Amino acid sequence: MAKIGVFICHCGENIAARIDCARLLSAMDDHPGVSVSLDYKYFCSDPGQENVKKAIRENNLTGIVVAACSPRMHEATFRKACAEAGLNPYLCEIANIREQCSWVHSDREKATEKAIDITRSLIEKVKRNNELQPIEVPVTRKALVIGGGIAGIQAALDIANAGQEVVLVEREPSLGGHMAQLSETFPTLDCSQCIMTPRMVEAAQHPKIELLTYSEIEQVDGFIGNFTVKIRKKARYVDMKTCTGCGDCIQKCPQKKISDEFDCNLGKRPAIYTPFAQAVPNIPVIDKENCTYFKNGKCRVCAKACPIDCINFEMQDEFVDIEVGAIVVATGFQIQNTAMYGEYGYGKYPDVITGLQFERLASASGPTAGKIMRPSDGKEPETVVFIQCAGSRDPSKGVKYCSKICCMYTSKHAMLYAHKVHGGKAHVFYMDIRAAGKGYDEFTRRAIEEDEASYLRGRVSKVWQENGKLMVRGVDTLLGKPVEIAADMVVLATAITPQPDAKEFAKVIGIGCDEYGFYNEAHLKLRPVETATAGIYLAGACQSPKDIPDSVAQASACASKVIGLFSRDRLEREPVIAMNNEATCSGCWGCFVACPYGAIEKKDILNRSGELIKRVAFVNPGLCQGCGTCVTFCRSNSIDLAGFTEKQIFAEVMGL
Amino acid sequence: MNEQFEPKIVAFVCTYCTYAGADLAGTSRLKYPPNVRIVRLPCTGRISPMFILKALQKGADGVLVSGCHPGDCHFTSGNFHARRRWTVFRALLNFTGIPLDRIRFSWISAAEGVKFAELISSLTDDIRKLGPFEQYKAMIHETETPVSL
Repeated sequence: MAKIGVFICHCGENIAARIDCARLLSAMDDHPGVSVSLDYKYFCSDPGQENVKKAIRENNLTGIVVAACSPRMHEATFRKACAEAGLNPYLCEIANIREQCSWVHSDREKATEKAIDITRSLIEKVKRNNELQPIEVPVTRKALVIGGGIAGIQAALDIANAGQEVVLVEREPSLGGHMAQLSETFPTLDCSQCIMTPRMVEAAQHPKIELLTYSEIEQVDGFIGNFTVKIRKKARYVDMKTCTGCGDCIQKCPQKKISDEFDCNLGKRPAIYTPFAQAVPNIPVIDKENCTYFKNGKCRVCAKACPIDCINFEMQDEFVDIEVGAIVVATGFQIQNTAMYGEYGYGKYPDVITGLQFERLASASGPTAGKIMRPSDGKEPETVVFIQCAGSRDPSKGVKYCSKICCMYTSKHAMLYAHKVHGGKAHVFYMDIRAAGKGYDEFTRRAIEEDEASYLRGRVSKVWQENGKLMVRGVDTLLGKPVEIAADMVVLATAITPQPDAKEFAKVIGIGCDEYGFYNEAHLKLRPVETATAGIYLAGACQSPKDIPDSVAQASACASKVIGLFSRDRLEREPVIAMNNEATCSGCWGCFVACPYGAIEKKDILNRSGELIKRVAFVNPGLCQGCGTCVTFCRSNSIDLAGFTEKQIFAEVMGL
Repeated sequence: MNEQFEPKIVAFVCTYCTYAGADLAGTSRLKYPPNVRIVRLPCTGRISPMFILKALQKGADGVLVSGCHPGDCHFTSGNFHARRRWTVFRALLNFTGIPLDRIRFSWISAAEGVKFAELISSLTDDIRKLGPFEQYKAMIHETETPVSL
């Protein structure tokens, strides 16, 4: 027999002014199953809660309804009071008679009737509430960081420096990401390598960081605190344990004319190589596709050159399974999107290059050792045209969004060009100058005022070659005139897009992404580094285009989330999750399709001799977030949602 | 003149958006007619068509289903499932002869207190114009009355 307590709060005058609390109280007194009903000025106060606890203990209540403010306000308070009085906290319901009744209605009579209806329906619901226990899940105190660019390195270092284990996975042969390719960085013009490489070394040598380069994530299973990750360690064909990084093999390799990806195809590299001189780890890999031995079965020059015999052509990809409690995704972006504007002639004219290629030209460790030269003939360009928004903010040809960093790096390029080529003239075509950030606007002003870059507000319609020059036709909208510039080099600020495999990878790890493939955060403003999947966090440009300061800040935010998660041995979660009745489940998998979290697993029901009787759905309590979509899908009424069962809701509706 | 007919409206809402929006209408002290009774659920994805039928059976003259805007669902896709289910369900309702204008489907975010108040006001007006929903009760009555042979 239900023994329900009803507690009607006056909330000072907030409720009592519009609702006849005495009438509400007497209506509840008469309701079947109600053993005690009380009213009080403020039930949320200390003495108010004492009253609730006393009533629970004295009357041995089996459930309570507090008619007061919104459950979003004080549900936790009253649940705690229940627990302290020895009643399961999930046997408490809140009737919202303030926000959704007394505050929005002025007719006292009708507001009171509505309050009676609301309270009555929740009494009917609470009669059918079940005792629930919070779900406890253990936490594996080890984090996986995917991506070894600046965001991944920062997150890994922050987590490791807090004393937690980290596995840092990078798919390229070296750490570094895009930042290692940059020449100097805005707005301070400090050398990228100088600030980046110490971080790379620190990450590689950190006792708490296990570094897996040239490795990819194959599969992610599990849930917050308990992920299992399968990693493919791609064959390097060089023994990492014995290699000293002397580089003799690289010197002797007869293949020397392979396009260098790290130099954005402006330089050449051999078939056995490290991406750049400061690579971490400084251990070469063999590019199987271009290696003479792998192509023809003859050569092995590198193996002969190696003084300690660490080249192994028989090496195979290796798979490792690791257990982690949290995952930081810092997989970065791509920027060589040259196809959006064919009329700018990229690919057709060698002296039309991208911003990232310009970085390599300007970099002291680049193919020209920092000298700005035309890729076609190695001459110093006297006039350079920079075209911004070559794909960004352009729904018709490119992407709708702003790539965020191009205004700044184009200013930087114009400056670097002015510093390196005296007397050179830089023209910049722009839509708007977006330089919001500390020291950013000052920086673009410097490019214009001190380094005399000529900024032209307008778009470029075409680039073509004429008499050895690149003719750039555009418009200066501030003068209202078309312009034509004869340039020696054209630099395109191409749009930033997600990694080409970002969407597939989102499916592998089980997070959401937008139409382009940028990963979705749980809440753009209030939960910007979490994903909708608990325990997976986002850092850097895989979430949206970002500059270095933003990426680093987001990475540190991820690290603080991970450290917070690891500060506990076990996680406690609200027990509002789906449960399946295996006896009636027919295995139609409607729930499987409906679940946004992949929480539905297939479970085999076996007889005593181990033969399969049927396959049913099993709700993984660690993954289920309690939306209840599966319940509505279930054809056999087998799945139900704890806290919002069919019985409870029907009773609530019938009580209205 | 007779006393004005006051319809009873049951609203099934998700706790993350529309319930919070209704709370916001309260904290902003907006006014709307007291005809609506709100049933809180975790997500619109949890709302079964049976709840709607049950409410009509219990005597509701109108039903509202409301959740997060498309793309804003706390549970990523519950509201899409609800929308798709509603599209199918309305065809069935139409077939069974339940007027579709008794049931309203809408998106109200946690920030749209004003929209919530306006929606309840207009919905109450519309349902009031339609008058009491006797048809469903009559249908129930017919099936429950023993047929004499």
